[in-house]
Amino acid sequence: MSHVREQPDQVPVPGQTVGPFYGYALPVAGGEQLVPATHPGAVRLHGTVTDGEGTPVPDSLLEIWQADADGSLPRAEGSLRRGYPFTGFGRAATDGGGSYEFTTVVPGAEPGRAPFVAMTVFARGLLNRLFTRVYLPVDDAALREDPFLAGVPQERRHTLVATADEHGYRFDLRLQGDDETVFLTFPRHEA
Amino acid sequence: MSTTPPTATQADVDAEISAASAAYDAELRAGTAPRTQPRLDYAPYRSSRLRHPTKDLHHADPESIELVAPVFGHRDVAVDEADLTIQDGGEPIGERMVVAGRVVDADGRPVRRQLVEIWQANAAGRYVHKGDQHPAPIDPHFTGVGRCLTDDDGGYRFTTIKPGPYPWRNHHNAWRPAHIHFSVFGSEFTQRMVTQVYFPGDPLLALDPIYQSIVDPRARERLVAAYDHDLTTHEWATGYRWDIVLTGSHATPMEQEDDA
Ligand SMILES: [Fe+3]
Repeated sequence: MSHVREQPDQVPVPGQTVGPFYGYALPVAGGEQLVPATHPGAVRLHGTVTDGEGTPVPDSLLEIWQADADGSLPRAEGSLRRGYPFTGFGRAATDGGGSYEFTTVVPGAEPGRAPFVAMTVFARGLLNRLFTRVYLPVDDAALREDPFLAGVPQERRHTLVATADEHGYRFDLRLQGDDETVFLTFPRHEA
Repeated sequence: MSTTPPTATQADVDAEISAASAAYDAELRAGTAPRTQPRLDYAPYRSSRLRHPTKDLHHADPESIELVAPVFGHRDVAVDEADLTIQDGGEPIGERMVVAGRVVDADGRPVRRQLVEIWQANAAGRYVHKGDQHPAPIDPHFTGVGRCLTDDDGGYRFTTIKPGPYPWRNHHNAWRPAHIHFSVFGSEFTQRMVTQVYFPGDPLLALDPIYQSIVDPRARERLVAAYDHDLTTHEWATGYRWDIVLTGSHATPMEQEDDA
């Protein structure tokens, strides 16, 4: 059978805050390590989550999802029980200082695009998840020419681009304020 | 971290909830489409004040990586993780309960073989989490954490204990209605969501800023599980059904069929 059942459109259920008590349930051992630190090409992706007053957010949870270094889309299981096939998925809670850290690889990009890591943000006080993208500064021409970034107001574009530092890449998330991170909505999302 | 004691009363918060509800009714009368998701800026939930984005979300077309989702499998999730009543070498205290349903997308397509994670307080309203200060007993036989993979029809099923309500510090004498936290993945990353499921008839629902942040009554009722006597089992457990509809995927029906 190759037909799809005709069904009326259904309305998505609402999101709710992840709350304060996910910490013993969602983070898993090795969740922040998409590759071991000894992996060739391993990089550190790290930063701090802050609120509208610039105060670090110690109770937030970040997830990342990305292509492999060669641009291929990961199809391996093992994100919850790491055995190190590359699964492309990572999960990290912020620490008491609002900081997070992943160990991963720079994803390959599609032709004509700049490479990015997809990111989802959850926090106590945040009533629904937020999506964003972490663009990596590995190819300035690609960043300049990326069609998505070109559509983001110039004065906000930098909030989507990590900066290189001695440890790898730094990407700070500002949930609110003048330098608020650009968060995304996709077609078929609703208010 | 602020240590100022909360001064607002439940009556203060009720008034704010009513005001937000009246403002939403006015919005609807002015012809705005019903909201299906919570407000991110919802004053009665105090900690949303500094943690909601103030700028509009930026429209993005998903790219290849966002059109697929992480793969989870039996390497990640053991079958017995769906039964929260058998995890710690003894029987937990409380009302044994089955919560089951289907994960589908907005087109009614089942989300197959994907990860569903839950966490919850025990029957006394206490989390195992070290930050939970509620002076209610920890149940040595209940962690309140479960996982499963959906089946080929998008179905999931957990056996657990009905969670108790618990106090929190949003305002004076604030209590969360009984709820189970759910984390769900779709067939693409744009469908990722985390929510909470509630139980019918809970008097705390009307008083709860987190539940009421979904200002549309029909939308928030989507988070209330239905008692289902067909899920209830003789001399064993009560049953609740809760179906989870995710946002629509961007794949065409043909692509989905090919993938299946
Ligand atoms: Fe909770």
